[in-house]
Amino acid sequence: MTEALLDIQRLDAFYGDFQALYGVGMQVNRGDVIAVIGANGAGKTTLMRAVTGFLRARPDAVCWKGRPIGGMRVDQIAALGIALVPEGRLLFASLSVEENLMIGGQLKRKGPWSLKRIYDLFPVLEERRNAPATSLSGGQQQMVAIGRALMSNPELIMMDEISLGLAPVIIRSIYEALPGIIGEGLTAIVVEQDIAKALSVSSRVYCLQEGRVSLTGPSGKVSHDEISRAYFGI
Amino acid sequence: MEFWLEPIIQGILLGGLYALFAAGLSLIFGVMRLVNIAHGDLIVLSSYVALTTSVMLGLHPLAAALIVVPVMALAGYGLQRLLLNRTMGNDILPPLLVTFGLSVIIQNALLTFYSADPQKLKAGAIETASLGIGPVSVGVLPLIVFMTAVLVIGLLQWMFYHTALGRAFRATSDRQDIVQLMGINRAHIFALAMALALAVTALAGVFLGIRTSFDPAAGGSRLIFGFEAVIIGGLGNIWGTLAGGVILGVAQTLGAKIDPGFQVQAGHLVFLIILAVRPRGLFPRID
Ligand SMILES: Nc1ncnc2c1ncn2[C@@H]1O[C@H](COP(=O)(O)OP(=O)(O)OP(=O)(O)O)[C@@H](O)[C@H]1O
Ligand SMILES: [Mg+2]
Repeated sequence: MTEALLDIQRLDAFYGDFQALYGVGMQVNRGDVIAVIGANGAGKTTLMRAVTGFLRARPDAVCWKGRPIGGMRVDQIAALGIALVPEGRLLFASLSVEENLMIGGQLKRKGPWSLKRIYDLFPVLEERRNAPATSLSGGQQQMVAIGRALMSNPELIMMDEISLGLAPVIIRSIYEALPGIIGEGLTAIVVEQDIAKALSVSSRVYCLQEGRVSLTGPSGKVSHDEISRAYFGI
Repeated sequence: MEFWLEPIIQGILLGGLYALFAAGLSLIFGVMRLVNIAHGDLIVLSSYVALTTSVMLGLHPLAAALIVVPVMALAGYGLQRLLLNRTMGNDILPPLLVTFGLSVIIQNALLTFYSADPQKLKAGAIETASLGIGPVSVGVLPLIVFMTAVLVIGLLQWMFYHTALGRAFRATSDRQDIVQLMGINRAHIFALAMALALAVTALAGVFLGIRTSFDPAAGGSRLIFGFEAVIIGGLGNIWGTLAGGVILGVAQTLGAKIDPGFQVQAGHLVFLIILAVRPRGLFPRID
């Protein structure tokens, strides 16, 4: 068995006195697409924040290629090749579309992704390249957020609810772009409220419930009943 | 007509100095939302550093600037990394209080090392040289100060909009947290902003010291003039800061023309009027 790319073990996370994650474990191998599902407030975003370094974690609670990275600075973790498409997109408002993409590439990691490749993937962004990023429609902003993360040529990309607040047709077009992204040998963690969507793109699913992993298994094998029990706790 | 033309031109040129006071203040507020109460004292500290450098090395004050600018930039980097970064957070009050303390410390240190006697940087013939332009005569030194201010502000503007560092500054200003996901070390970016701000401050200090005499307590009014120029021009607009400096300068020289004792008050008055009519300044950033 090969060493996991990302190995999360007994991860606890806190907001002040409030504990949001309890002993979460997750193994992500190179090339995996992992779906993380769970109800509102289950702790999905908190998990992303702990992995990227925004929330303090015990050093060996998060290991990258066998090396403990918990508690490292956010920019140091990003430099390792872990990128996040944050919930709510969170683009830089005073930067143009192209500048948002370029700042994503500021790390200058080597790899297939460049401005040109992003524009091939999302042609509409090239048309709007000089527009202020936040003047775009929600779907286009989500494309910028995905492109910004890809520009760092990450080994692992984590996407937190990329379909949140978007029209179904837009969601479909973004999900249609996903195979082209993940096909590049990328490893991905996709957080999604839409269970069917999550299962269809992923190889393995983790369900969170009140800060704990309530279910995990191959996406093709978990049953509907198992999921609704893990999701709602009934 | 000429009676008014001369003070107006003098005021415009004086505005260049005020824009230099203001640029550093505006830069650090823009990038990290830090209100630097010690800014005026850092200007005066730069004047003293220039004094010591020019006396000890026998340099012309303008040549001493070549040393003072990098020294202050380095000091700014260190100050931010070692002290101010520890106070930065969601609350803007702790860093504000720390810079207030810094202001007191700088003033007292200057008092200890240099005494309360007014000092001046001696720049020789250039201090009194003037050019006759049509009916008015214009001081060479104020002209140099003004052109330097235009150049500095032009460079800052270019840096902000056409370099990777400027992009990082703007992104940090937008979202201090998310910018770190781009692999950018926020502590380093903050320190670079402070270094750049103090480099500009150093220039302002040299020019201030050549223009007028200074003493350890001279920082307060420089801070106020800098603030007024920033607010008049509109936060977040660097060319607006130059305009703000010019408006303040003209108000002051016209005020002095009416009554020499009215100079500073005239500036405050115009500032208050503009604040009342346009609370966001004349040229706020459009966003
Ligand atoms: N900044 C914060 N301060 C305090 N508590 C927080 C904070 N952010 C989240 N929480 C709490 O932590 C728990 C997990 O929140 P989290 O945002 O991780 O959920 P989520 O699974 O991402 O939900 P959603 O689907 O709504 O995005 C919730 O109970 C939430 O109220
Ligand atoms: Mg969430």
